[in-house]
Amino acid sequence: MKEPLIRFTDVNFIYAKTHGREGLAALQDVNLEIFEGEFAAVLGHNGSGKSTLAKHVNALLSPTSGQVVVAGLDTSDQEKVWEIRQKVGMVFQNPDNQLVATTVEEDVAFGPENLGIPSAEIQRRVTESLKTVDMLSYRLHSPHQLSGGQKQRVAIAGVISMLPKCIVLDEPTAMLDPEGRNEVMSTIHRLNREEGITVLHITHHMDEVIGADRVIVMDEGRIVLQGTPREVFSQVDLMRSLHLDVPQVTDLAERLRNRGYSIPQGTLTVNEMVMLLCPSD
Amino acid sequence: MSIRLENVSFSYLEDTPMSQAALRNVSLEIEEGEFVGLIGPTGSGKSTLIQHFNGLLKPNSGKVYVDGVDLTLKDTQLRLIRQKVGMVFQYPEHQLFGETVLEDVGFGPRNGGLSEEAVVQRVREALAYVGLEYETIRDQSPFELSGGQKRRVAIAGVLAMQPSVLILDEPTAGLDPEGREEILGEIRQLHEERGITVVLVTHSMEDVARLVDRLIVMERGSIALDGTPVEVFGQVARLKKMGLGVPEITELMHELKARGLDVNTDILTVAKAEEEIIRLIESRKVMGWQK
Repeated sequence: MKEPLIRFTDVNFIYAKTHGREGLAALQDVNLEIFEGEFAAVLGHNGSGKSTLAKHVNALLSPTSGQVVVAGLDTSDQEKVWEIRQKVGMVFQNPDNQLVATTVEEDVAFGPENLGIPSAEIQRRVTESLKTVDMLSYRLHSPHQLSGGQKQRVAIAGVISMLPKCIVLDEPTAMLDPEGRNEVMSTIHRLNREEGITVLHITHHMDEVIGADRVIVMDEGRIVLQGTPREVFSQVDLMRSLHLDVPQVTDLAERLRNRGYSIPQGTLTVNEMVMLLCPSD
Repeated sequence: MSIRLENVSFSYLEDTPMSQAALRNVSLEIEEGEFVGLIGPTGSGKSTLIQHFNGLLKPNSGKVYVDGVDLTLKDTQLRLIRQKVGMVFQYPEHQLFGETVLEDVGFGPRNGGLSEEAVVQRVREALAYVGLEYETIRDQSPFELSGGQKRRVAIAGVLAMQPSVLILDEPTAGLDPEGREEILGEIRQLHEERGITVVLVTHSMEDVARLVDRLIVMERGSIALDGTPVEVFGQVARLKKMGLGVPEITELMHELKARGLDVNTDILTVAKAEEEIIRLIESRKVMGWQK
């Protein structure tokens, strides 16, 4: 049996007073395994605990009780924190809060420079990372001249220049327009597919989880549902009660089933529905 | 209160080598009481356009009239116009500043010289419209509220001025589905109960499809389409070419039509689609799914 890259065992987390939401159990009895190479999406409304979960993966938070192990390292072990953060990179919501340098290439070089890596190797990593996110031609630009989607791709390049095993993205598209969202989503799917980087994508946009291998649905600090996108969205009523959207096509399929028509459960896309209704071609 | 634009053109950094046309010869009339959706790809001129509605930007050429008053004239009192045309910018919570919710939401009316009693009444009403209770929230710091509550308080600050026209630039950006539903429902209610004119800039086709009476599509500084949501979303190919989508359910109906099914494509909601597909199945135009 393969060892998971990330393992949560009976994890509870309660925010301390200093966080302004004292006594709130943000994670309750969370058990979770994520394997190398997986693209996992965490879906939940605001306050469901999904960001708290994400922050446990790279030891920004450690459990009040229970254990989080990443690549064999216990995140509660203070001495392992930096090693964990090299293995798990994190990208946040606001593109304007993550870029620190005056040019794109300096920004991407920031992480590897701090590790004391030789400059020829840094140059190589910066070039490779920017190429991967399709931003190489902007290497000498100032980050503030970029669009939101471009900024997030530079932030992703900064993370992958550290050669992480896993990248955790906490609502990376929430502040972007549809074009920026598409850029970021196709970039992280490519990272997962071509570079084999494990992805944990946190979002409340249901259309961003359709391409994931596994969807983890959170509510009130608990994992309430887990499965393939098709399995998860088949639960139309449960998803609704959790204040989450389902694709319009899935909603339509469910309504037709409720009226007695034998449309298969969990129909996800326009194409699938067209094939069902026009099977001749 | 109506808004009328006549042949408006606007360039940022006009008369410099960096000059870039943002609006090209736009003519438009929005009548009192309309609920208008404004969509378009990024950079198409949506934000530039709405900033002309209350004189934040003035056209390089052309005229802008609000309730018959010409905003392009030098001696027009823009302050009065801006009380009537309320503008909620993107991420309005970034503009919160008061120590308490009462101070923040009451800032406009208080500045307008209303008595404290009248200010409190305005704040109470404005908060109620965004689903917040005056008594429980008045003394809280806006900065300690949740993201969704901050957004509501910021919108209440605009509503407290009792505008006749409300312009909202992506009011639900970054909110989760529940927060989005609530805010859009409140805006719709405000429109219905107070007859307020609303212009909603958004990227969500599903939202405009079920909310607005009229939909304007901008492309490269011009109005590309203007009509009811059914009319505009009928132009699937054109919208896709602009990089815009149509509601998923509308796309499905168009795909079915393209496969030769005799299906009504004027459909914007799942409920309507359900009835139409059942009609097709029962009339045996679609085989294999009969009960």
